[in-house]
Amino acid sequence: MSQETDVKTLVIDEQEVSARAGQTILEVARENDINIPTLCHLEGLGDVGACRLCLVEIKGSNKLLPACVATVQEGMEVSTNTERLQKHRRTILELLFAERNHVCSVCVSNGHCELQTLGQEQGLTHVRLPYRNPDLFVDASHERFTLDHNRCILCTRCVRVCSEIEGAHIWDVMGRGTNSLIISDLHQEWGTSACTRCGKCVQVCPTGALFDKSKIGSDHPKYPEFLPYLNLMREAQ
Amino acid sequence: MTIEELEQIAKNVQQENAKYDFEVNVCMDLACASQGAGALKDALEKAAEAAGKKVLVRRTGCMGPCSHGPLVRVDPEATLYHHVKAENAPSIVYGLGGSPVPELQCDLNDHFDKQVRVVLENAGLIDPEKVDDYIAHDGYKALLTVLTEMTPNGVVHRITESGLRGRGGGGYPTGLKWGTVAKAKGDVKYVVCNGDEGDPGAFMDRSVMEGDPHRVIEGMAIAAYAVGASKGFIYVRAEYPVAVSRLTTALREARRHGLLGNNICNTPFNFDVEIRLGAGAFVCGEETALIASIEGKRGTPKPRPPYPASSGLWGKPTLINNVETYANIAPIVRNGGKWFHDMGSERSKGTKVFALTGKIANTGLVEVPMGIKLREIIEDIGGGVPGGHKFKAVQTGGPSGGCIPEEMLDVGVSYDALVKMGSIMGSGGMIVMDDTSCMVNVARFFIEFCMTESCGKCIPCRAGTAQMFTLLTRICNGTGTIDDLALLEDLCVTVKETSLCGLGQTAPNPVLSTLKYFRNEYIEHILDKHCRAGVCQMAAVESKNEVMA
Amino acid sequence: MSKLKLATVWLDGCSGCHMSFLDMDERLLELAEVVDVVYSPIVDTKEFPDEVDIALVEGAVASVDDEKKIKKIRDHSKMLIAMGDCAITGNVPAMRNPIGPEAILDRAYIQNASAQAQIPCVVVPKLLKVVRPIHEFVKVDVFLPGCPPSADTFHTALTALVNGGPLDISALTRFGA
Repeated sequence: MSQETDVKTLVIDEQEVSARAGQTILEVARENDINIPTLCHLEGLGDVGACRLCLVEIKGSNKLLPACVATVQEGMEVSTNTERLQKHRRTILELLFAERNHVCSVCVSNGHCELQTLGQEQGLTHVRLPYRNPDLFVDASHERFTLDHNRCILCTRCVRVCSEIEGAHIWDVMGRGTNSLIISDLHQEWGTSACTRCGKCVQVCPTGALFDKSKIGSDHPKYPEFLPYLNLMREAQ
Repeated sequence: MTIEELEQIAKNVQQENAKYDFEVNVCMDLACASQGAGALKDALEKAAEAAGKKVLVRRTGCMGPCSHGPLVRVDPEATLYHHVKAENAPSIVYGLGGSPVPELQCDLNDHFDKQVRVVLENAGLIDPEKVDDYIAHDGYKALLTVLTEMTPNGVVHRITESGLRGRGGGGYPTGLKWGTVAKAKGDVKYVVCNGDEGDPGAFMDRSVMEGDPHRVIEGMAIAAYAVGASKGFIYVRAEYPVAVSRLTTALREARRHGLLGNNICNTPFNFDVEIRLGAGAFVCGEETALIASIEGKRGTPKPRPPYPASSGLWGKPTLINNVETYANIAPIVRNGGKWFHDMGSERSKGTKVFALTGKIANTGLVEVPMGIKLREIIEDIGGGVPGGHKFKAVQTGGPSGGCIPEEMLDVGVSYDALVKMGSIMGSGGMIVMDDTSCMVNVARFFIEFCMTESCGKCIPCRAGTAQMFTLLTRICNGTGTIDDLALLEDLCVTVKETSLCGLGQTAPNPVLSTLKYFRNEYIEHILDKHCRAGVCQMAAVESKNEVMA
Repeated sequence: MSKLKLATVWLDGCSGCHMSFLDMDERLLELAEVVDVVYSPIVDTKEFPDEVDIALVEGAVASVDDEKKIKKIRDHSKMLIAMGDCAITGNVPAMRNPIGPEAILDRAYIQNASAQAQIPCVVVPKLLKVVRPIHEFVKVDVFLPGCPPSADTFHTALTALVNGGPLDISALTRFGA
């Protein structure tokens, strides 16, 4: 009982806000229309704190905290958009753009891609790092969907939605470091896996790594907003 | 098992040993064993029998100066022989009680005199597979004292009083950690021993687990009593098969003696330990990744908080300490917190085991009081750089550490001093480099290590280390530019400040420290296309873009 | 005030950026009042002039010729603008990087040839093993991403650059726009 009524007050970007104990900094920021960029986070999925774009500064600490998992503390002073954070965010986006073959102009998600949008929002006009251009493959074995590893940023949203929401857990990560790869079942073709064909992974994928074969050109908006509603309906039952 | 029974075992061992006139201890640790210590031990036993002398030939764990192996120490004379071969056995046995064999005798007074042995107190004295040997050297006395005379709080207090800090690298105060887990709510708690030692050039924990496994188990049992756990896990990397087998034997022996199991020493305290094998991922040395691995999941770190102390293995409060930390517990309990606190420097207490490797005369394991100067470790204990070469740098802390130059050698070793110099204590690897090492190439080596060991979960570590490796490769082969160097420094800052776990946060240290102390070597590679150590091969073409054939 | 000297260059790209530039339509006349186009695929000059104020470069660096050109352009230009995604990211020309130029040439000139299958070796410049954006070779002053950047983007950006006004490129365009 006491936990639910426990109210914390804190400051985010010089704005005084109040929050329930146990809320994350990100939740509270968004409730108050303060934008913190995210990529691996998606409302309705468990958080992993992996993309590091939501890192924020806390007054009195040199350590940066991921807003998606860090919970609010009484009297905390949070800065979400300092020069230092902007620089890190741009570098992280550069690292992603240079890691695999993200050719926006010929991507099904061109215009609907979270990575592309974030790049623009963060003022990224070019990538200083050498492009790595790895030789990756496209898995088009599934009758409805395609997985293009060239566009994958390893956010693991697909892994989480398949495991946490659909309960099928056909996606997972193989290998390590920059050679990590999203795989279906025991690294077999997607079309031959135990996939339930629900398509949730496609809707939550922030880039053009997972796409619907029936969509052509760059007309491929995605609708990950279904997740919180789905969770709400399930809880209601 | 009661204290009386324990003392009886110790007495029996002493009586048994008293039957012999001489004790010949043969180091059978990896370095000595690989040079024929096994055959040497057999030869010594045969020679003793042939000579009709009463000699106890004993296999022991690591004695320390591995580069001198195979090592044999003869008691009661305390003569140390080095580079002993099987054919030397008869002359050693012949010399027993008379004059020692001069050509095999080894003078390592400087090496041993400056060392203080707490963790390694039994090294070279006991047979690691015999629990009775350990008991004869005060083994398990601390555990039984704790169980019968101390409260869990009292134990935590004693550890806090000792000032012991985590020996795995972070240097977090051990007493504080124990106290947190002890206070954490929950009826099920775990203690975990981190034996996933993976730093290149580090083998302290392996030696402890192989040479004195019961010490680790005893430390864990005391910890379990202090925090209220009844189950422990030792996470050992599978690349340490001997450690795994010694620990397995030790656990079996401890259970047989009632030192593990239910109602230990007729008290309500229950405790048992399971061994879990690591599958070769360096990142599993990070505590949250290690926990995931024990749970059977992919070994990737999680953001902290929550810390394992409140939510660890299967969401239960979990105490994780490193092998060497647990190895310090029994002596602290036996001798008191103050005894430990009196050793070492201002904020780093006790001793630290280092694995000396690289361009140094006496490679091997050393244990020194905290606060000792790096110069003393390298020149006196280590015997300096051999072959007339000039010392250039010492790398501490493994791939997460930094390179410390000559001018900083008079700084005393402590957690804080090393951090100040741009390095870390780490688990205790110490790699000495001379003028034949190129510092850019060294930085590139460690970044390559971090790149291949990055789990791939967070972007800065996964892609950042790969980019740093590319840039360092360019600089090494003479195709790098000053812009590349600036980019590299930028990347270092981002990877350090934004990575999820310690692996990524410390990965840039070798680059940052070499840039700080050896920047001119980077500049020479870039502007003069010259590597002063002659290590790096400069690319034939100046353009970074090769033309196709 | 004398007019600024403007050059536009076409390296490894599809010329789409130039088309989009021309899509400024009547606004080109406005631009022509303040700049002289001294070198471009759409004018006759064959040699890159000694002194250029603004050079707009389309396309990635894919051949030894491109590499030579971009260095010369840099040496003779006060301001170098990377125009479009090919110049900035490598874009479509760089899609050959994972498999290398040999496989591409083989497919184009051997496997798909209806007659006289052979890889051209005279007149055409040698390819680089890796296609790279121009800023990996020379310093670039302004980046105008897009595939292609829109005519409006060109107009707003060039107006700001010529007049020395403020310019927020991310507000105008992005990769793949």
